[in-house]
Amino acid sequence: MTESTIKPPKKNLGPVKWMRTHLFSSWYNTLLTLVVGYLLVTSVGPLVSWVFLDATFQGSGPGDCVGEGACWLFVNQRLNFFIYGFYPDELQWRVDIMFALLALAFVPQFIEGFPGRKWLGIFGMTGLPIIGYVLIPGGILGLEEVESSKWGGLMLTLILAYIGILASLPIGILLAIGRRSDMPIIRGLCVVFIEVWRAVPLITVLFMASVMLPLFLPEGISFEKLVRALIGITLWQSAYMAEVIRGGLQAIPRGQYEAAGALGLGYWRKMGLVILPQALKLVIPGIVNTFISLFKDTTLVLIIGLFDILGAVQSTIADPAWQNVAIEGYVFVAFCFWVFCFGISRYSQNLERKLDTGHKT
Amino acid sequence: MKKQSIDSKSARPKPWYDPRVRALFFQVITLAVVFWAGWVLIDNTLSNMESRGISTGFGFLDETAGFGIIMHLVPFDATMSYGRTFWVGLTNTLLVSAMGVVAATIIGFLVGVARLSSNWLVAKIALVYIEVIRNIPLLLQIFFWYFAVLASLPAPRQSVEIGGAFFLNNRGLYLPGPVTQDGFGLVWGAVLVAIAAVFGLRNWAKKRQKASGQIFPTVKVSIAVLVLLPLVAFLMAGQPLEWDLPALKGFNFGGGISLIPELAALWVALSLYTASFIAEIVRSGILAVSKGQTEASKALGLPNGLTLRLIVIPQAMRVIIPPLTSQYLNLVKNSSLATAIGYPDLVSVFMGTTLNQTGQAVEVVAITMGVYLTISLLISLLMNVYNRAAEIKER
Repeated sequence: MTESTIKPPKKNLGPVKWMRTHLFSSWYNTLLTLVVGYLLVTSVGPLVSWVFLDATFQGSGPGDCVGEGACWLFVNQRLNFFIYGFYPDELQWRVDIMFALLALAFVPQFIEGFPGRKWLGIFGMTGLPIIGYVLIPGGILGLEEVESSKWGGLMLTLILAYIGILASLPIGILLAIGRRSDMPIIRGLCVVFIEVWRAVPLITVLFMASVMLPLFLPEGISFEKLVRALIGITLWQSAYMAEVIRGGLQAIPRGQYEAAGALGLGYWRKMGLVILPQALKLVIPGIVNTFISLFKDTTLVLIIGLFDILGAVQSTIADPAWQNVAIEGYVFVAFCFWVFCFGISRYSQNLERKLDTGHKT
Repeated sequence: MKKQSIDSKSARPKPWYDPRVRALFFQVITLAVVFWAGWVLIDNTLSNMESRGISTGFGFLDETAGFGIIMHLVPFDATMSYGRTFWVGLTNTLLVSAMGVVAATIIGFLVGVARLSSNWLVAKIALVYIEVIRNIPLLLQIFFWYFAVLASLPAPRQSVEIGGAFFLNNRGLYLPGPVTQDGFGLVWGAVLVAIAAVFGLRNWAKKRQKASGQIFPTVKVSIAVLVLLPLVAFLMAGQPLEWDLPALKGFNFGGGISLIPELAALWVALSLYTASFIAEIVRSGILAVSKGQTEASKALGLPNGLTLRLIVIPQAMRVIIPPLTSQYLNLVKNSSLATAIGYPDLVSVFMGTTLNQTGQAVEVVAITMGVYLTISLLISLLMNVYNRAAEIKER
């Protein structure tokens, strides 16, 4: 055996080597690993048995939750309320259709090379809201009417986030263009609008929408609470959207504006055909990120008395029949939000990497 | 070649094709529409308020409030005015914001550094912390801490006790409060002298280094001066400080410093939530300093500590500070979620109770929004000043 084929010592190979460099590289790293490892082992065990091993999943009522573990039975039995709120049982198929269409339009956006995903996306931004507008409230085409006060749960959360983002996109684009305009008055108005909305917390906006909006409107005209909340959310969100889009507009080199001008395009055609398509593509990750934060912020509507998914859970955990189900309820909602937000944020990071053409200055 | 005379009149476009005329025209129209919309809104509001019997103006601020507030930093009782409730709410908002900023910064920097640790386990735990916390709505986290964790703590009589000085129960957290006695002024004096001495020392060390190239261990000596001088003064003055320990009186604790559970829950949730964002900012800031900088500094012979202090941190801070301030701003705005658990902050007290009692929606909402606008403008102003000082000086 020649010298060159002698294997390196065992401690420089495989898992041992990995552990030596990643866990025990120095005395304080060893100490840190041991302390953290101990804490992890002692806390993960009870956690797993609380969530899975000792937990109650099936049963008929509060009496079945006797074990030490989590009472998932509570979530199981109230799931209908958490998803649909007070939406009548026999009409829930309408919401289900919307869920399915929503998934059909947006899930393919995550899958590379899915046939026709561009058209599905366009459908999700245009046709879907119209179908939803007919289907969910009803009252036309022979559909039974369901008042917006009966909507709730996950369904309401999705409605708020979806309409909030959809409505704020065009307003945000206009505001961003206005802020980059050469006309001082228009620029000033846009700056004031954007900065005022961005400076105030969403709660104050929601309060304003629910107590002040009725005062602003002429007598005889009034909006439902949900619509008022949506107006507040849209105005607030469009200011954030404008700032994201402005970032994209600023990233477009001057030459593009000049080239479009040299071709004889007017202002709106220049913006619509040359600048905005490039700018919007650049800021897709930013738009997705604002969507995530809006999605989390929709929980705030429970403060003005709308039952989104957190509101639905919050109102049921106080039920005296079930004892101490607060943690189970919160964990369930947290899990719903986490899956959604984490998934989308991963997607947006992926997109950022894909769209990064290396031309960033 | 034919000479072409350019008539200045024919070169000028017709007025409706002149960009300047068009710009003026559009701006006048926009302004007119905005003023018209504003006038309609104000007119509607006034007539609506008249028909509902709501008076306008800020006179209500002098009326007696008639309700109590569970926590106030400025003296307050139910006989005081609505204007006073504004100050109570504002100070409570500023208190929880300041506490949150401090805690979030500390946790955020620790987690951000841990995220880059060479220790795999520590780095992964930091990653899990960040990804879990920032993808869950803040309001849910506040509810979790308030309704699930703090509410399940024992009653005052069965408090969790640490060394007879710290008590934790479902009414809040109780800490010993320092009570300064006569002669504590000497300690404050010593602190001032120590700070002055540290500044003098820094100047002297800088001059010496410029003249002789010798490095003086400024940081270590400064810390020693800052700790030792007040300590000596404290001992010389005969230890003029007593601790007021919390003790069970009747059904609840009295004495010491108490942290109501609403404040504790809000503080914990705000700090942990904001820290997860700060951690990512810190991480990207540190990664933004290229390895060449560290290597160059080592090549110049700077020791590790100085490399960090003079080369890495100043450059990382340039990247970290702008998004960090916007996180601070978010924290101040998010502190308004206090209203969901009843911590008496500005939104909860002023926009909640005061608005409901007086019905002065327009005035109250305007004042509240004005406060947040002011805070936000102040922070962005400071931000711009800092940015100008820290930006790369290009010549």
